[in-house]
Order: sequence, then structure tokens, then C-alpha cells
Amino acid sequence: MSDAPKVPATPGELAAVAVPPPSTSGERARLAVQKTYKLFLGGAFPRSESGRSYAVRAANGAHLANAALASRKDVRDAVVAAGKARGPWSAATAYNRGQVLYRVAEMLEDRRDQFAELVASGEGVTHAAALTTVAVAVDRWVWYAGWADKIAQVAGSSNPVAGPYFNFSLPEPTGVVGILAPQESSLLGLVSVLAPVLTAGNTAVVVASELRPLPAVALAEVLATSDLPGGVANILTGRTVELAPVLARHRDVDALDLAGAPVDIEVELEQASADNVKRVLRRDATQGAWDAEPTPRRMLAFVETKTVWHPIGI
Amino acid sequence: MPSTRFTYAPAPESRSVVSLRPAYGLFVDGEFVEPRDGSMFTTASPSSEEVLAEVAAAGPGDVDRAVAAAARAQRDTWGPMPGKERAKYLFRIARLMQERSRELAVLESMDNGKPIREARDVDVPLAAAHFFYYAGWADKLAYAGLGPSPRPIGVAGQVVPWNFPLLMAAWKLAPALAAGNTCVLKPAETTPLTALLLAEIVQQAELPPGVVNVVTGAGDTGAALVAHPAVDKVAFTGSTEVGKAIQRSLAGTGKRLTLELGGKAANIVFDDAPLSQAVEGIVNGIFFNQGHVCCAGSRLLVQESIADAVVDALKLRLETLRLGDPLDKNTDIGAINSPGQLAKIEELASSGEAEGATRWSPSCPVPERGYWFRPTIFTGVAPAFRIAREEIFGPVLSVLTFRTPDEAVVKANNTTYGLSAGVWTEKGSRILWMAQHLRAGVVWANTFNRFDPTSPFGGYRESGFGREGGRHGLEAYLDV
Repeated sequence: MSDAPKVPATPGELAAVAVPPPSTSGERARLAVQKTYKLFLGGAFPRSESGRSYAVRAANGAHLANAALASRKDVRDAVVAAGKARGPWSAATAYNRGQVLYRVAEMLEDRRDQFAELVASGEGVTHAAALTTVAVAVDRWVWYAGWADKIAQVAGSSNPVAGPYFNFSLPEPTGVVGILAPQESSLLGLVSVLAPVLTAGNTAVVVASELRPLPAVALAEVLATSDLPGGVANILTGRTVELAPVLARHRDVDALDLAGAPVDIEVELEQASADNVKRVLRRDATQGAWDAEPTPRRMLAFVETKTVWHPIGI
Repeated sequence: MPSTRFTYAPAPESRSVVSLRPAYGLFVDGEFVEPRDGSMFTTASPSSEEVLAEVAAAGPGDVDRAVAAAARAQRDTWGPMPGKERAKYLFRIARLMQERSRELAVLESMDNGKPIREARDVDVPLAAAHFFYYAGWADKLAYAGLGPSPRPIGVAGQVVPWNFPLLMAAWKLAPALAAGNTCVLKPAETTPLTALLLAEIVQQAELPPGVVNVVTGAGDTGAALVAHPAVDKVAFTGSTEVGKAIQRSLAGTGKRLTLELGGKAANIVFDDAPLSQAVEGIVNGIFFNQGHVCCAGSRLLVQESIADAVVDALKLRLETLRLGDPLDKNTDIGAINSPGQLAKIEELASSGEAEGATRWSPSCPVPERGYWFRPTIFTGVAPAFRIAREEIFGPVLSVLTFRTPDEAVVKANNTTYGLSAGVWTEKGSRILWMAQHLRAGVVWANTFNRFDPTSPFGGYRESGFGREGGRHGLEAYLDV
């Protein structure tokens, strides 16, 4: 790939950096085993097909790790994976979806310290503050998990038509949703946009926060161990300006969440979305406050209402 | 095939109930006004080509005046007004529409070309019912379940098509007004007259000036309205092509948008369906309103074992349809709305023959003047043919077959549209299974093209987004 950006870290540099900080427990310091941060695609953890990666730095500038620099092809592969997973996930019972999503919260809870480390280093906040953020994120996931078997009751209706029909309306998942995760809030922001999409029965292709992608990759590892079928959530790390237009133009992407869209390409993304009449959830004034209590709005943005006229007779 | 045609004496509805003015201005700020920077154009009857009236084509300055009036009214009168007062205005409109229903029906039939029977029995009563339904919501919005403190969005710019001119105006205006918005309505170029009569009714109902404004004109007028910076919400019903252009043009503006676009609905008939009822449903699905229906059942999917019987019964039934004077109460098929639309239908029908499908039409006579297209059936249609993929928006049915429910679902969903679908079977569990798997916003079982103000209507995929009708229809017009 000729368009690969400069990659500051050589493997040699990387070895000198410790993430998480080197464990010094025990009698003598031991060399930590480092993790390779990869994409999450179709339930697997591949590197970018382009072979590219980019350096991820802490808020204080320290090198944290290399993340996979996803390519346009990776986006297309992720859309295919999300498309394949769409049928089974949307057809799963609401109770089952709720349980799987609750399981995600259980796995998150187990890893609070790990996420707090990643949030603290990436966002430059204290460990205590990061722990609070992680707790809010876990609770939010629980909140959404509980919605799975209630959306249809809240957003559906039976309609008293003037005729011999049982007429009812139900929300159904829109399909494959492209999500540009918030850039600043690397975990809570991500959870706040991904959980509602999955709860409503959609599958997702997420472009993680560009500069703070590590919590997203760790979340992928949580998702992979939570009985979430492969392909339901796909998480890409890389440059949002490179990947977002591919999602916006893709005809098999049914909706786009612009939460983390770079301001200067927002209009272009909306325009490209019109080619297949994508549902677009724009950024709004309130979305910066990810610690505010959520509403059903983000789920309802990604459902379609189906109305059925069923005959009544003897 | 024995002919079962009965002869009927003509039974024309009287035009005298309609008093047409020679020319109509724009309805802005409660009054009919001359266009300032617009021009005049004519609207004609598609069945006789007779010019009915001159109508104003609003220019950008006219649109600006109308939007400014709407913004003032939203801020000063309609927005602050208690919901229960708004409700009473809307109830008044519903009642006035009922009182003047014959006049509305005759005028609709004249300007649009649709049979008077349909205008009288479907368009006008449903339009009045829509106002009646949403009137009752105006003071109950907090109970709609959309959010604890719903607020109006502001000024709604609403662009409606020519196939159901009055009904689509009602679908747009009623929920918008109930929610406390004010409106600028742009009727279609070829069918502006009933929207202007509705403006008269709005005057009679003594709505505060500026709450409803009607700017007639063509695509330019609609584009100016949609682009106007003081329009907060755009609602469009029409072609997918124009809908996409509007969505593109609104990028970055923050305006709210709902789109109700084209369709290529599958009407699926299983071998256990009540045959004669299904045949009536197929006819209603595609030949209602000359097929000028976005949710028309234009693809008949019939189970292979009964395909021949269904097509034979369908042909027999089509031989009895009466095509002609829309004002004749016996007429089943009226005129095609415009020469442009007729050319489009003819072109697509020709492509069906060219691609190898078999074309059939009944032998009904066609009047000399006006724009007409005989009901047409294509058999031997492959899913790749243009007539199976593209919206024809005319009385043309493509017949395809299937063997299993799974195959029916796959074929039905094999389209970029997703507005409606029909299922014909006596088995209730199969109806619901099919409904679950069809990617369409409305699924009719053992019926088709049925509408109700309480029933949400709208599309999946490239058929648009947002719903009209029911509790869901309020969402498009509220900030929650």
C-alpha cells in the first residue's frame, strides 16, 4: 500500500515500551508479554489486510502500542461479515439478545482495571476517574441489555383501523449500521453508540476513536468472549477520514452514526449516504456529555417500523 | 375466453359542484396573492386535455414570503397556542372537508384523471379522517410515548406528489399542525387544484394567517422551499431519484427529513389463497389509481402450481374493467396523469417486450383525447428484467412464480425498495411468518392498498424513512 502513513514505531522501539506497565511483581522484574492490537472482524482478530499499523500514544505523548491501520478493503470485509451476521442476530429472540448483551456487561465488569488503565493512559485522566468512567460504561451496557425485550413494546403499537384487520406496528432492526465512534471518549463514548445499535438487533461496523483505539480493541476481546455471534460487531482501528467515506458510500450499509465524524468531512458523509437512502444519525449538541443518562433515542434511530394488516374473519 | 362485459349507460358525476376560477394565486399568510417573482402556468384535465385553470409558479421570493409567514405564525400564534385549541381548528378542517367532499372529489378526479369512484370513496374520506385523527393528538402529545416534553420543530416544508394530491397534503399537514408546526405545502405541478381548495377550507376554518401556506409550481419551487434556511423540517413524497437529491442537498444543514419514495412491491399468492378474492386484490393492488401508487403491487409472485389459473382468472377479470371518463361513476381505470408519465410507462412496457416477456392487455376501447394506457400484464418475466426491477408507476403488472415460501421471500426482497408487500393465503401462521421475513414497511395480508390514519405507513431501504400515520407519524414533527 503506497498510501500508508509514516509509522513512527519500529519493532525495536516497540519492544522498549511497556503496555500495560511492566509487571514487577515477584522476586525480579520480568519482561512483560505484550499484546498485538488487531482488528475485530467476523468474530476473528486479523491484522489489517494491508499489513499497516500506526503508533498509538498516551495523552502524555508516550508510545503505548501499535494498532492495526485498517484499509478500505478491511471496511468492505467488515461490511460483508456484518451482512452475514444480520439475519441470525435480528432473528434471535429478544430475550436471547438481552442475555448475550448482559453477558457482555459481565465480561466488562471483570476487566474494569484493564479498561481503567487504557482509559487513563489514552485520555490522560487519573486512574480513579477512569475507574468511574468504566463503571458508567458497564452500567450503561446493562441498561441497554435490559432494553432488548422492551423496545418492541415501547416503540410498537396496535392500530385501531376502520376495518376487519388486526393491524400492528413493530420496530425491526435497520440492518448493517456503520458507526464512527466518538473520538474523545474512547470507552464510554464507544459503548454509548455501539450498545444501542446491537440492542435494537442491528449488526455494526465500528471505526474506533482514531487516536485512542486501545479500549475499542479491548472491548472487542470482551465481545468475542460474550457469546456474541461473530460478525455482529466488527471493530476497525485506523484513520477515520480514510474509512468513514467507504462506509458512507457502501450500498450494503443501511445506516450511519456520525458520532465521531471529523467535522470537515461530515457534510461529505451525509451526501454520500443519500446514494442508498441511508439513515443518518447526526451529531447533536448533547452527545458530548457521554456521562449523561441515555434515552431510547439512539436505539430508535436504527429501527424501521413494520406495519402488518392481518385479516380477521371466520 | 367468454366475455362477461356488461353494457352500462354513462353515469357521469356533475361538474357543476365545482366552481373553478380562471386563475389561482399562491396561498400565503392567509390570503390568495399574486406571485411576485413567479409566473403562471396551466393545469389541464388528463382525460380531455382541457385547460382547467391558470396557476401561479412561485419564484424564490414567493417561497421566501410563504416561509417567513409560516415562521411568524409558528412563533406568534400556532406554536404558543394550547394544544386543545389547535385540536379544534383541525377538527374544523376535517368537518369542512366532509361537508365539501363532493366538490373535492370531483375536482380531484378532474385535475388528476382518477376515477370519481376512487376520489369519492378513498381519497377524500381518508384525507378528512386524517385530519380528524391528528386533531385529537394535538393536546395529547405528551402521552404519545415519544418523550416527556415534545416540542414542535418549527416550519415544515412539504412537497407532495400528483398521484393522491389531496390525501398526500392531508398526510403532511395534519400531523405537522397537530404537533404545533406551521407549514408551507408545495403540491405537484400537474395537480395543484385540490390543495388550493384545501387552502380555501383553511380560510373557512379561520386558521390564523401563515399557519398553512400553499406555494404551487414545479421542481424549482420545491427545490427553493427545501433549501430555504428558515425551513426546519422537510417532508417529501415522490420519486426515489428526487428523494435522494433532497437528502443530498440537506447534508450539513441539520434540517430534519422524512422521505416517502418509490416501491416495487411483491404481491405474493399462495396456492391455498381464496382465488377470486386474490384476483380482486391483485387488480386493486396494481390497477387502483392507474397504478400511480408508490406501494402498488407491481410484481405478482404466484405459487407455480396455481400460476396458470391465476393468470387466466386475472385476464378474465381485466376484460370487465371499464377504462374511460374519470367522472363516470362506472369507470374503473382513469387517465394517466400526464403525457410525460405516459411516455415513461410506454417506454418501460416496450422494454418488457424487448427483454422477452409476453405482453397482454384487455381489448377495452381507449378514448381519442387524453392520456391512456390499457391495463397490462407481463408473463414470463425474469427477475433481471427492467419491468421487474424499476418502478413503472402505471397499470403494468409483472408476473413471476415461486415454489416455496423461502423462495417467495428471497424474490420479494430482491429489490432496492421496501415499501409494501402483499400476502394471500388462508393460513394465519404463514401470514405472520411471511410478514416477519419481508423487508417492507407495510405488509397486507389478504388485502392490498388499504390505508388508515391510525396505521403507520412508510418504507424500508430506498423507499425512504420516517412514518406517516398513527402515533409514529407524530415523531417526524416533534423534537423529543
